[in-house]
Amino acid sequence: MQTITKQQLLDKADSLLANGTVTAVLGWSKGEFGYDVTPKMFTTKEDLEQNFVWNDFCGVNFSKYLVSKTDRFEGKILVFLKPCDTYSFNQLLTEHRFDREKVYAVGIPCEGMVDVSKLKAATGDGISEIKEDGDNLLVTTIYEDEPATVPCRDVLLERCINCKSKKHVAYDELLGDEGEIIDSARFDEVAQIEAMTPDERFAFWQNELSRCIRCNACRDACPACTCEKCVFDNPNSGVENKAPANSFEEKMFHIIRAYHVAGRCTDCGECSRVCPQNIPLHLLNRKFIKDINEFYGEYQAGAEVGSRAPLVDYTTDDLEPGEVFDRRDMDA
Amino acid sequence: MQRVGVFVCWCGSNIAGTVDVQAVSEALKSEPGVVFSANYQYMCSQAGQDMIKEAVKEHNLTGIVVCSCSPRMHEATFRKTAAAAGINPYMVEIANIREQCSWVHKDIATGTEKAIILGKAAIAKVNLNTPLTPGESPVTKRALVIGGGIAGIQTALDIADAGFPVDIVETKPTIGGKMAQLDKTFPTLDCAACILTPKMVDVAQNEKIRIFSYSEVSEIKGFVGNFDVTIKKNARYVKEDICTGCGACVEKCPMKKVPNEFNLGMDNRSAIYIPFAQAVPKVATIDPNACNMLKNGKCGLCARVCTAGAIDYTQKDEYINEKYGAIVVATGFNPISMDKFDEFAYNQSKDVITSLEFERLTNAAGPTAGHLERPSDGKSPKTIVFVQCVGSRCDACAEKGKEYCSKICCMYTAKHAMLTRDKYPDTEVYVFYIDVRTPGKNFDEFYRRAVEEYGVKYVKGMVGKVTPEGDKLKVQASDLIANKQLHIDADLVVLAAAIEPDKSARPLATMLTASMDTNDFFTEAHPKLRPVESPTAGVFLSGACQGPKDIPETVSQAGAAASKVIGLLAKDKLTGNPCVAHSNELMCNGCSSCEKVCAYGAITYENKEFRMPDRTTKIRRVAVVNPAVCQGCGACTVACPSGAMDLNGFASNQIMAEVDAICK
Repeated sequence: MQTITKQQLLDKADSLLANGTVTAVLGWSKGEFGYDVTPKMFTTKEDLEQNFVWNDFCGVNFSKYLVSKTDRFEGKILVFLKPCDTYSFNQLLTEHRFDREKVYAVGIPCEGMVDVSKLKAATGDGISEIKEDGDNLLVTTIYEDEPATVPCRDVLLERCINCKSKKHVAYDELLGDEGEIIDSARFDEVAQIEAMTPDERFAFWQNELSRCIRCNACRDACPACTCEKCVFDNPNSGVENKAPANSFEEKMFHIIRAYHVAGRCTDCGECSRVCPQNIPLHLLNRKFIKDINEFYGEYQAGAEVGSRAPLVDYTTDDLEPGEVFDRRDMDA
Repeated sequence: MQRVGVFVCWCGSNIAGTVDVQAVSEALKSEPGVVFSANYQYMCSQAGQDMIKEAVKEHNLTGIVVCSCSPRMHEATFRKTAAAAGINPYMVEIANIREQCSWVHKDIATGTEKAIILGKAAIAKVNLNTPLTPGESPVTKRALVIGGGIAGIQTALDIADAGFPVDIVETKPTIGGKMAQLDKTFPTLDCAACILTPKMVDVAQNEKIRIFSYSEVSEIKGFVGNFDVTIKKNARYVKEDICTGCGACVEKCPMKKVPNEFNLGMDNRSAIYIPFAQAVPKVATIDPNACNMLKNGKCGLCARVCTAGAIDYTQKDEYINEKYGAIVVATGFNPISMDKFDEFAYNQSKDVITSLEFERLTNAAGPTAGHLERPSDGKSPKTIVFVQCVGSRCDACAEKGKEYCSKICCMYTAKHAMLTRDKYPDTEVYVFYIDVRTPGKNFDEFYRRAVEEYGVKYVKGMVGKVTPEGDKLKVQASDLIANKQLHIDADLVVLAAAIEPDKSARPLATMLTASMDTNDFFTEAHPKLRPVESPTAGVFLSGACQGPKDIPETVSQAGAAASKVIGLLAKDKLTGNPCVAHSNELMCNGCSSCEKVCAYGAITYENKEFRMPDRTTKIRRVAVVNPAVCQGCGACTVACPSGAMDLNGFASNQIMAEVDAICK
C-alpha cells in the first residue's frame, strides 16, 4: 500500500553508502514475525539486501535512535524519516540532543501504518504470514488454511487515521512527492473526554490506566523522553521500575509523564503504538497540545528547529492564570 | 541528622490569642530531629534572641525553626541571631504562624492545629537544609531615575548632591511633569512654577545629572548594583546640543493647528514646539505627526530660520546603553479618562472640564493668560459647580472608576474654589462632596477658610446629572443634609477626576520584574517599614507611581528614595543571595529549556567532558548558572524536564518534604 517501494529505499541507501556520504543506514529489519519490525544499523550492502524491510508495519520513529546512535559515532548516518517522524527530529534538534551534521535525513512518503493489535483483532491470534495485495493484506493464521483479506484502511494506527501531516519539516533529500499539513480530527476525542462529567472522565481513565503494567515501553519509545537519567531509573527516587501499587500510582505515572513532555510532545503517537496494553496514552498528550493551542495560539512542537514553546516562553500577552481557572469552570 | 531547635513566638497576643503556643511547642518536640522546643512572648526581642543563642550552645543545635511572623518580617533577624550563635544563617527556617495562621483563624483549636502543621513542615525542611554562603557582586555607582516630574527631579537632585551621577529619563520633551502645569499649590498658595522651575534649572546645571528628555527606557537587564539599561532617545529632529531655544522656528512654523498637550488641548501649538517657556532642556521638538516636512517633504521653514543650524530632518531614534546600580521609578500619574462618565456631559459640553484643565485655565501661562473664561464662548462664568470624587471611591463592582481615594482632590478643589471667590467675588461656587478629607499640615484650616472666609458653598451629596441647555449647564444634585434635590444653572462644571498611574508603568514593571497592585500602582517592599523600596532589589519608588500623593508627600518620598539609593551606591560590594539555582551536570541534557525561561539571562551552556561507566569519555552540553546574575526565582527548576536544575535553600526535595509533612 506504500507508494514508495523497498527497492527505491534500498537503491538510495546503496548509493549513499557507496559514494561515502554515509557510513551507516538506520533502517527497519525483519523481526521474529511478519508484523514485527526491528530498527537496525546497516553498514553493508549485503546486510541491507538480506535484512532491510519496508512495509506497512514500519511505524518506528527513528528520531530518538539518533540520540544514542550518533553519540561518539564517526561518520554520517542515513536515516529514513516519515513525515510525522520529522517533527520529532526537529524537536530533538531544538533540544540539542544530537548533532545534525552526523545525520543524512531522507524524507519518505507514508500512506499510514498498520496497527498490529487491530489486525489481530480482525484475524485472530496466531498470524503466520502476511502478504500485501494492493490496498489489502492477506493474513494467514495457524488456525486457518485460507488467508483472510483485511483492507489496510480498516486496521490503521490511530495516529495514521488522524494523520496531522504528510509534509516533511526536515530532510536533506526527499524521495517521492511532498504532501501537505492535514487539518485532522485528532482533537475530537479529547473534546469528547472534556465534555464528560468529572466522574465519567475519572472512570474513563481509571479503566484505561488500570491496565498499565509499568513496562516503561511508552517512555522508552517516546522521542521527548531523552533525559540523561530518568527519574524512573533512579534507585533513589523510590519509583524505579515500580509496578503501580494502587490506582493512584497507576494514574500518576502517566499524568506526570504527560506533564513532563508537555510543550515538547510532537504528537508522534509512539507511546500508544508501543503500549502492549493498548492504553490510548496519546490522548493525555493531545489534551496538553489542545490546551496550549487554545491558551497561547497554535503551536506545533518540532515544526521548526529552535522555536520557543509557549510553556518556556513569556510574553506580556500571555493569559493570566485566572483566565485558565475561569475556563475550567466552564468545562465542568 | 540535624539537631533542631524549635522556638514558638507568641507575638504578644498576635499569635498567642488564636494559637495555643504551649501546645504547639509541646507537639513539635517529638518531630524528627527536634532536640529542643520552647515558646516565648517576643522571639524577635533581645531576650528572645538570647534564648535562641543559649539553646544553640546548650543543645548543640545545627538547625533552627522559628514559628513566628512572615519570613519577610523577621527572617533576616533570626538569620543574624543564628550567625551570632555560630550556625550558618541558612540553617534557619521560619514557620509563618501569624499572617498565615493566627491572623486568619478565629478559633484556637483550628489555629493551633494549623500552627503545628506549619511547624512540622518547617522542621521537615530544615532537616534537609545545607549551609549556604552568599557571593559578592560589585556596584555600579550611577542611578537611573525614570520620570522627570517633581518626584524624579527631587530624587535626582538628592542623589547628585551625595556625589553620585544620575540620569533622568523623561518621555516628554521637557522635565517638570504635572507640577509644571499647576497654577498655585495648597495650602500655602505659592505658585507652582515659582518653586518648581528653580529646581528644574538646578537639574539642568548639575554636573552629576544627565537628562534624557523625549526618551524612554526600552530594555532593562541585570540586577541590583548591575542593571544594564537601554534608553531609546526618540528623534526630535532638532540637535539638542546646538538648539538655543530662541523660538524663532516655533514662530515661523506654518503648521499652527496642533492641539497643545501642555494645555490639555485647550489651545494649539505649532508642529515644532517648546512645551512652555521654562522648559528644561529648552530645546525645540518637531512633532513628526504634524510636520509637513517630515510627512511629505514640503516646507523646511524652520531649518531656514534656525540661525544655529540645529534642525535635522534626518535624525533617527538613538539607543543608549548605560549601566546603573539603582533604578528609581517616578512615573507619576494622570487623571482618568472621563469617557465613561457621561452623566457629567464632559464629552457633550466644552464647559465641563477636569480640575487639571481648570488649573490651566487659571494659570497665567495658560491658554487664557490666567483669565477665568468659559472654554465655549470665553465669557466669565458666574456659577461654577465643582464635583468631587469623579471616578474615585467607586464601588468595586462598578464598571468605571477606581475604588481608591485619589487623595489630592479635596484639597485642590478647596484651592480652586477659594481662588475663584478671591479673584471673582461675584461668582457663585458650589462644591459637591462625599466627605471632605483634609489630613495634612494646615489642610483643614485651609478648607475651613474656603468655607468660612470665602463663602464657598459646600454641599454634601453627589451630582446626578449635568445637561447642557443653551449656554447653561443644568446641574441636578442632591443635598444629603437638607435632604432635597438641587437644580443649579451653572456656567462651568469642574470634575475632580480620579488619578491613575501613568500608562507606561505597567510595561516598565514587567521590565523591572517589580510588582504592582491591581490598580497598577507599584507595590512597596513593606507598606510601613519599607515604603520607598520595591520588593525587587535595587528598584526604588518615588512619588505617585506608588499611590496618590500631593506635592509635599511626593517630595518627602522622593528624598527618602534618594537616601535609599545613596545607601546602596555608597557600598562597594553587595552580598548576593546564596539561594540561587544550580544544575546537576550528571542529569542535565543541555536541552535549553532553562535558558529559555530565565528572565535574567543567568544560564549559559558549556561542553563538558564526562567519564562514562564503560571508561570512555563523552563530551556533553550542560547548563551553567551564573550565581551573580541568578535571582533564585526558580523558573528553571520547574522548566527543566530532567530535574537537573535545583534551587539552593528551596531544593525540590525540601519542598516535597514540606508538602509531605503537611499532608501526613
